[in-house]
Amino acid sequence: MSTTVMTKVRTPVRPARVLLHLFLAGAALAWLAPLLWAMYSAMRPYAETSEKGYVSWPDKLSFDNFTNAFTQSDMGHYFVNTLIIAVPAVLVTLFLSSMVAFYVSRFDFRLNLALLLVFTAGNLLPQQVIITPLYRMYLLIDLPGITMSGKLYDSALGLVLIHIAFQSGFCAFVLANYMRSLPHELTEAALVDGASVWRMYWQIVLPLCRPAMAALGTLLSIWIYNDFFWALVLISTGENMPITSALNNLTGAYFTDPNLVAAGALLTAIPTLIVYFVLQRQFVSGLTLGANKG
Amino acid sequence: MSSETTTKTPEAAEVPPPGAATPKSRVPQGHRRLLTRRDRITLGLMAGVPTILHIALVWVTALASIALAFTTWDGIGFDSIKWVGLQNFKELFEQNPQFWPALEHNVVWFVVLIAIPTPLGLFLAVQLDKKIRFSRVYQTAFFLPVVLSMAVIGFVWQLVYNPDTGLINSIIGANEPGKYIDWIGDPDLNLWAVLVAASWRHTGYMMILYLAGLKGVDPSLREASSLDGANEWQTFKNVIFPTLRPTNTIVLVVTIIEALRAFDLVFVFNKGAEGTELLSILVTNNIIGESSRIGYGSAIAVVLLVISLVVIIPYLISTFRKERRA
Repeated sequence: MSTTVMTKVRTPVRPARVLLHLFLAGAALAWLAPLLWAMYSAMRPYAETSEKGYVSWPDKLSFDNFTNAFTQSDMGHYFVNTLIIAVPAVLVTLFLSSMVAFYVSRFDFRLNLALLLVFTAGNLLPQQVIITPLYRMYLLIDLPGITMSGKLYDSALGLVLIHIAFQSGFCAFVLANYMRSLPHELTEAALVDGASVWRMYWQIVLPLCRPAMAALGTLLSIWIYNDFFWALVLISTGENMPITSALNNLTGAYFTDPNLVAAGALLTAIPTLIVYFVLQRQFVSGLTLGANKG
Repeated sequence: MSSETTTKTPEAAEVPPPGAATPKSRVPQGHRRLLTRRDRITLGLMAGVPTILHIALVWVTALASIALAFTTWDGIGFDSIKWVGLQNFKELFEQNPQFWPALEHNVVWFVVLIAIPTPLGLFLAVQLDKKIRFSRVYQTAFFLPVVLSMAVIGFVWQLVYNPDTGLINSIIGANEPGKYIDWIGDPDLNLWAVLVAASWRHTGYMMILYLAGLKGVDPSLREASSLDGANEWQTFKNVIFPTLRPTNTIVLVVTIIEALRAFDLVFVFNKGAEGTELLSILVTNNIIGESSRIGYGSAIAVVLLVISLVVIIPYLISTFRKERRA
């Protein structure tokens, strides 16, 4: 797109820059290739690809596979399942971890370092370290009338609880650091004026943590939506599965039709991508919140 | 995390919110008296409820894994738990044909991630940090895989590797008899195939971490360096890279933990069949697989726990030391 009009402040084209752009554009395309390939496969009818092979010019491109995957496998139902799990899990995790963070950052009780250590370390453990006893515990806990399964096992509640417990470590850590950097005069003045601890937390500290909460909330939503492992082990009834583990079952059922599988996988990815594109800044800042050295 | 296991990196975040001055004084002792009884109860609950939940589900279960590793149990009633000492471990190390390969694959996983996508992510970060045009577009492309669920990534790469209909074999004509390449089933190939997918994702993650680290580098350092006549590579090697030390620590910890947590991708790709066994897969197969042996599964989990703690403990100690000094 070269224009013949030369503007005055035009940096000269440097060959190094051109090379760099070529490299980056090539690499970016290569990075997108698997997703583009999935998209291309998903838009072609199965009959055509099985006849002509997958690497071929399309005769017909359509979204039929997407609508089929969605309706045949009742995907809507699984999306709702995921919502039922993710929304409470994200909100409660933020709520609980901000309370812990408030406690350790504002009150110098001797426990606070140990408390933060426990939370942070717990969050870094691989999930498989705790899964065997957790699975047994879930099977042993009877909740007649509270969950559909009558146990903690195979219930949305069970998944919500483990998500909260597991994720609150990271959030408590990040929020505690954030709250530590708020001026102490804020709460000290309130304390002298006789405001209750709860008011300090709810009306002074929490509103100031909005940016960090937004970043963590975005991150948590994506992580919990994407969860595959907890649901795989702790949910047994197909009906109760969230979308990612349900997808695993669907592909089992339709593995003979890769085009349909591709459509299903892409449909599953759509909500994550929407959240990411809308809240890109929050997501990235959440991810690097811990890694930044200002 | 993630199992959407995105490993997270708690680190001393020193991103002061706007308008923050940071006097490091805490509530002095004298102020304790200002707390009413009700306040104390409130505080107790605020810290207590989340802590109890976290400890009950994460730490009690981790300790239970350790305890159960020395027993056999059929899961029905607590009186059937029998102490067997080191028998589970003995069997694991000496008889299980999958254990050593799994451990080896976890190590290979780490080595590959740290050797290829990590430097690549650093390289991309350095290039994209130059404020070039389209930087955002490039960043988004490289970062996209990090946002996706590992399970979805598994399905997408299956479409690439499928021996009959996949992209690779279709292009190179290896989906015909005689030239057949089974990327997913062949135990000599499948680990590498799945590592390509894991690296694809890890690169973007590393790029973002390094970009954040580079933003913290003082621009005057760069200017001073170029005034001294250092070229780009010299500046990076002698000036920029040394200042990225905190980022490198995080990158190392994240990468080790990612390698230990790797599960979803492999499970979706080929269920962790021969060639792609991992410790996490062995633990899980012990629950949802054919034979559910609680003690034995816990013994594998303990191996995973010990390796993790060897990384987590020193990392946390150094992090919290920094905190206290701050």
